[in-house]
Amino acid sequence: MNTATIKELLYKVADDLLIIGHRHSEWTGLGPILEEDISFSSMAQDKIGQSQALFQLLYKLGEPEADTNAFTRNANQFCNAQFVELPNDEYDFSTVRHFLYDHADQLRFEMLAHSSYEPLAKLARKVKGELKYHVFHANTWMVKLSQGTEESRARMQSALNASWNYALGLFEESKFEKELIAAKVFEGEVALKSKWLSAIIPFIEKAGLKLPPEKEWNPVNGGRKNFHTEHLELLVKEMGEVFRVEPHSQW
Amino acid sequence: MVDAGTIFNLQGAMLTEKEVWEKLEVVKDPEIPTLSMVDMGIITKVEVNDDLSVAIEMTPTFVGCPAIKMMEQMVYNCLKEAGIEKVSVSTNLDVAWNSNKITERGLLCLKKHGLAPPPKHEGEITQELLEHVACPFCGSKNTETKSPFGPTLCRSLHYCHNCLQAFEQFKPVV
Repeated sequence: MNTATIKELLYKVADDLLIIGHRHSEWTGLGPILEEDISFSSMAQDKIGQSQALFQLLYKLGEPEADTNAFTRNANQFCNAQFVELPNDEYDFSTVRHFLYDHADQLRFEMLAHSSYEPLAKLARKVKGELKYHVFHANTWMVKLSQGTEESRARMQSALNASWNYALGLFEESKFEKELIAAKVFEGEVALKSKWLSAIIPFIEKAGLKLPPEKEWNPVNGGRKNFHTEHLELLVKEMGEVFRVEPHSQW
Repeated sequence: MVDAGTIFNLQGAMLTEKEVWEKLEVVKDPEIPTLSMVDMGIITKVEVNDDLSVAIEMTPTFVGCPAIKMMEQMVYNCLKEAGIEKVSVSTNLDVAWNSNKITERGLLCLKKHGLAPPPKHEGEITQELLEHVACPFCGSKNTETKSPFGPTLCRSLHYCHNCLQAFEQFKPVV
């Protein structure tokens, strides 16, 4: 297995975590109730910490030091899915995205816990336990908000409709997909997507929501190949602002 | 007689791994002053080398725990103050922490601090396990989970309907 293949895998997982972590942190101080403010802030802290651990693995493979890598790249060097870079919008969209993304993330780390690439497997065995709490939180609010009032149900349904094709973009395949599967580094996006559908559908049904009809499924791909919406550029600029002022300062 | 594993240096001074573990018992969690890092289960390896240098390995409770650097420093300071000249402290994931690693004494310390200790688990955690956590103040299980996230990554928020108090739990983690 060549390192370029491993690096590509590490980068996409790290970038997803870093960018969604940053989006979650934007709820700090703005959450609708204190507990929710704390929840999104805590999940942000987890996700950014997990991305840092992945950037440290990349550093060991010859990539730049973690902070430099996270805070000095331009938007067109990121390989997160476009889904995670979309603005938070309102609580309905943030909750639906959190639900769709975290189920995928937890299943991804459960798969990676069996990776033949041992440094990643070690990290994944730890991270998958932490992500359980993110999934519990998402499941609770997905159902609660969908069963609230007529307005909240309608809002959740429309957030789900707006999210769906972006969420499918989480499973955009790598050009190294076959090698990764053959070397047992990662079971692959197709397998992940199928597990993900089985995991989320019961909760969507319990919430009383409906998935868009299958003929309308049309994944928004491109993120993994560095194509992004204009939102990522603004996010990256803000996220790295302090670091870029004084890149060599000690914290 | 000396314990197996006792290391002598050229001057005849000696140090055992057991002694190092004992010295470390005074290093407390920065957030929970009743709980030692040893009882929390985050010290994973203590090694005394031939030159009496000591190498400590730690594991984080959560990958994103912001206190880990500070805890490394506290361990380092403790051993230096105890007169050990060469000390190295590092953190890795060779041994992944889970809440079953907290010692019995550690669980009591948590309770003394007003935190519900994590229940033992069998490698799997369900959302049901988080409901009806026993209240650390009155022991009632007539409680509900308010949020799986609390003031630090390792705590969740609960409410006791029996003694009408909010409380926190040190979360079970697999």
